Amino acid sequence: MPKISLKRQNKELAKPKKQLEVLANGIFKNGALSTFKSKLEATNQFPLKPSALEILQINVGYMCNQVCAHCHVDAGPDRKEIMTKDTLQQCLEVLKSSGAHTLDLTGGAPEMNPHFKWFVEEASKIGVQDFIVRSNLTILMAHKKYDDLPSFFKKYNIHVVSSMPHWTQGKTDQQRGKGVFNRSIEALKKLNRVGYGLPHSKLKLDLVYNPSGAFLPGDQKSMELDFKKALYEDFGIQFNHLFAITNLPISRFLDYLIASENYEDYMYSLVEAYNPKAVENVMCKNTLSIGWDGYLYDCDFNQMLGLKVKNRITHIRDFNAHKLRERNIQISQHCYGCTAGAGSSCQGTVV
Amino acid sequence: MSKTYYDPDDLKKFGNISEWNQELGEKFFDYYGKVFEEGALSAREKSLIALAVSHVVKCPYCIDAYTKDGLQRGITKQEMMEAVHAGAAIESGATLVHGVQMMNKYNKLSM
Repeated sequence: MPKISLKRQNKELAKPKKQLEVLANGIFKNGALSTFKSKLEATNQFPLKPSALEILQINVGYMCNQVCAHCHVDAGPDRKEIMTKDTLQQCLEVLKSSGAHTLDLTGGAPEMNPHFKWFVEEASKIGVQDFIVRSNLTILMAHKKYDDLPSFFKKYNIHVVSSMPHWTQGKTDQQRGKGVFNRSIEALKKLNRVGYGLPHSKLKLDLVYNPSGAFLPGDQKSMELDFKKALYEDFGIQFNHLFAITNLPISRFLDYLIASENYEDYMYSLVEAYNPKAVENVMCKNTLSIGWDGYLYDCDFNQMLGLKVKNRITHIRDFNAHKLRERNIQISQHCYGCTAGAGSSCQGTVV
Repeated sequence: MSKTYYDPDDLKKFGNISEWNQELGEKFFDYYGKVFEEGALSAREKSLIALAVSHVVKCPYCIDAYTKDGLQRGITKQEMMEAVHAGAAIESGATLVHGVQMMNKYNKLSM
């Protein structure tokens, strides 16, 4: 597995424009498969409109200590895009007035933003019902400066959401890199030790499952039972919920699909599993994604595709919830990833 | 264009069999869907049985379908290979148990 990003490798597919071209051409252009737009039109769901804003998801930077094979961010140690303190301050201002009940920090590894702790402290003062940090787990073991993260999370009642593609070492390391499984297990034990994920504890620890290959996630509930049983029996680890998230065909996962000659079959699977009911609850309706440079997107995936919100307001400094609500959500064929089967979002299934 | 009896893309067209006999096609797919629901056996266990049988009946479509189904359910490759061996053991056992028939016949014909 390459240890550097597609961008650093100067791959053509690192460019959002190229990815959007792939998604618009081939099987979607020749009519073998319907476009996402035509599917929405068939059920009178086009254009897709936002509902009330509930979740502010801030991508505080693309830098990460891992280079995962499926990463839609193309994150890695070589990515230098990091949200500045000024932009974080603007996010705090918006948080005060937006009405969002959930703040969701993602990356990269959000903990690697140099202002991460300051921001968590300041955001906690404002008070949100649910304050999520998406942690890749290994960051807790990466350096002594991160040793205190479990107790820091506990102090601010952070809801920790962590990636864990499988309960076996082989599948985890295959997706996320050699040694990731063992370090993730140690990190989970550390979180359990301070009270995360334990029965009757208010400290929430959820895991995210992404399939490690060109297939869709299975039933979220039964996978949760399998994960709970295996992680408890093998390591004594406990957690709250498992979110099964479909890999969207963009960035590194798209590169993998094309290189392994799985792209067309994967798109067939996504389109075949299209569920109009999932469209009603897709996360782009109640979420706003803020990029490291302060630009606004309908979701983190659109952010990686460079699809800014279609609105007069495109930057956090000009934030206006009322005006943003008038926008049409930007779509392409990657959106099939969020509407397959029981649907998929950063909070797992949606149906 | 190479000509083969099996084309992986034909699996996507499986549902088309109903076009030439809607009643029987629909009854089959209803039955098929019902069989693989959660029951006294879990859907996961049934998926492994289906994978083993797929090998025994040597159906390439079924092998593709139930390998993918197993991956989606988080079934490990060790579990999948054990299921294939279970199927193979029954199949080879079915061959070998006929050895008794051979022995019976041999003995009957021999002085």
